[in-house]
Amino acid sequence: MKHIISALVENKPGVLAHVAGMFAARAYNIDSLVVGRTEDPKLSRMTIVVIGDDKVLEQVRKQLAKIVPVVKVQDFVGQPVVARDLMLITVSAPPDKRPEILSLIEMFRAKVVDIGAKQLMVEVSGPETKIEAFIEACKPYGIKSVARTGTIAMPRQAKTDTSP
Amino acid sequence: MSSKPRSSAGSAASADKSSLKAGAQIIVDTLIELGVDTMFGYPGGVVLPFFDRLYDAPIEFIIPRHEQGGCHMADAYARASGKVGVVVATSGPGACNLTTGLATAMMDSVPVVALTGQVRTELIGNDAFQEADTTGITRPVTKYNCIVKDVKDLARIIREAFYIASTSRPGPVLVDIPVDIQVARCDTAGTVEMDLPGYRVRTKGHSKQISAAAAAINKSEQPVLYVGGGVILANASEELRALAEKAHLPVTMTLLGLGSYDQNRPESLDMLGMHGSAYANYAVQECDLLIAVGARFDDRVTGRIKGFAPNAKIVHIDIDPTSISKNVNVDIPVVGDAKYILAELAKEVEYREREKWFKKIAEWKKKFPFSYNRSASTVKPQYVVEELCRQTRGSAIITTGVGQNQMWAAQFFRFSMPRQLISSGGLGTMGYGLPAAIGAQVARPDATVIDIDGDHSFNMTMTELSTAVENKLPIKVCILNNGYMGMVRQWQELFYNKRYSKTYLSNPDYATVAEALGAVGITVDKKTDVPGAIKKMLGQKRPCVVDFRVEREENVWPMVAAGKNLNEMDGLDILESMA
Repeated sequence: MKHIISALVENKPGVLAHVAGMFAARAYNIDSLVVGRTEDPKLSRMTIVVIGDDKVLEQVRKQLAKIVPVVKVQDFVGQPVVARDLMLITVSAPPDKRPEILSLIEMFRAKVVDIGAKQLMVEVSGPETKIEAFIEACKPYGIKSVARTGTIAMPRQAKTDTSP
Repeated sequence: MSSKPRSSAGSAASADKSSLKAGAQIIVDTLIELGVDTMFGYPGGVVLPFFDRLYDAPIEFIIPRHEQGGCHMADAYARASGKVGVVVATSGPGACNLTTGLATAMMDSVPVVALTGQVRTELIGNDAFQEADTTGITRPVTKYNCIVKDVKDLARIIREAFYIASTSRPGPVLVDIPVDIQVARCDTAGTVEMDLPGYRVRTKGHSKQISAAAAAINKSEQPVLYVGGGVILANASEELRALAEKAHLPVTMTLLGLGSYDQNRPESLDMLGMHGSAYANYAVQECDLLIAVGARFDDRVTGRIKGFAPNAKIVHIDIDPTSISKNVNVDIPVVGDAKYILAELAKEVEYREREKWFKKIAEWKKKFPFSYNRSASTVKPQYVVEELCRQTRGSAIITTGVGQNQMWAAQFFRFSMPRQLISSGGLGTMGYGLPAAIGAQVARPDATVIDIDGDHSFNMTMTELSTAVENKLPIKVCILNNGYMGMVRQWQELFYNKRYSKTYLSNPDYATVAEALGAVGITVDKKTDVPGAIKKMLGQKRPCVVDFRVEREENVWPMVAAGKNLNEMDGLDILESMA
């Protein structure tokens, strides 16, 4: 099962290496790992998507918390969360296909961010399923390249999913 | 200890710059403030400023012949004294040589602080001379490490290192200090506060969990206390004894737990596990309640994990939450300091006779004691250990190598005091015994310290004998010399059709080596010479090496082969026939 784990860590050199090294040394599978600054300059947030059963995840949480510069660990499993990926994707787009592709972009509420002679660069954000669906939808036109951020997430205040 | 040569130039202290203090001086002053009076380490290029400040410092300094030895010494010093062991090394090769020692301390949760020099800050990453990514290399083998990039952080980071190393589940901490930071000056006025938002020390266990554990104990017909090194680290032996006595519980110990409970007491089941006692292993497999304290269900303890303690409810008391339900699912976890929890638990338990259970255990004990062929004409290694125990009245501090020597030391010496056995359990580091004996002797100058070693373990670090001689440390080394890497040979005998592939090396004459290095050397070929040689050894004021030429192909019994359940032991027929 996929778990989204959010770890608040001290913003110090070596912390990412420590976390990544722990995952490698203990043979845990990282699906994605995102690090970014937070509102507090002394802290960063790591959002780590991990695949494993409950026993493995319990260990992952505890091993993370044990790392000295890791301040707080949350596992969002079973909680309503907003989870988002950001993707840049370059799609082959000859002039005759452009209208089709542009309507696809509109349907996904994506955005064209660069236009070339034969291709378009599109920015898409949303839940991972939406990103995957957009990639599938673009495949027939020819995908030139993809860059994805991996998941970031935050728990919802509302108890039910009210995302658009 | 050893006299130090002084240069005629006197102190090399540089010109005073008002109240500003150099990084090197900050390190020395902070160490002294933290109560450090003894260190181990090896000089080198980028630790020169620090060593200069050490020249006049009131710190006893032991120089090993190799940094690995120095790290093991600091580790054993910590294990023997309960204090933090401190080791210093230079950058690059010096730091790299610490890694085995750090990994040893990490696996056995030993509080060690390693200080390493690093190349100048502006050279880092440029492959400078003697540069290595020390924090990168040592990250997986330390509890915490960091590099100091600003002299203003130095005092705080060193304090944090000692705090992290010695609290919660202890472990090694490394601080990497570039040479320019040792030279840089800063104002040291004001207090130094630690800043560790991600590090919390939990001491008290949850009272509901403690009550649940007590209720389980009170209900149990066939309980076993399974005790690891955590009880020794927590200085909780007295609380353990009180609990075992009050509730009337049999106690088995891991290798690192030996000494936490007096093995001369009738409730002692001695060591459990792969080469543990038959009675401990049977008791664990048949118990209805297993109370683990400061132990981590290591594979050498559990045998086949799915078949471990099949009928038991499991209580696990440990300060490290990651140890709980890592290998074995725990029914009643109690996270916290063993000293506190055992004392609380003792308040809530009741005495029960458990007559049937103790009778069963007594029968196993009678039928399958640790044994060997006492009427053999050769020097049996087990006999040497028994004789060491007898002549020292079981009071010596024992260090070991790794392998058969270590197992015989664990099986045939009777440990009665915590911090009495100093052995590399988790990592199984051959070569640990001799430097460990040195570290233990430094910590306990009046104790008799004996390294029960194997020939090949001794080969790995025997250069440290010079360190013992130089510092006039009267350690004793008993080499159980069978010419083989005995434990590996035993596995080859049992599982590889006696094909002794590469497990034999030709050894030097150890007595001659010892004499050449300034120690006393004794060789024992005959069984009848064993008691006399040990007596002579114990009377030495100089380091002494006794080379016991023991039975070549003696095996350690019983043995739970890999993948077998704990009660499926080989060699029981041998024990039974010798009982």
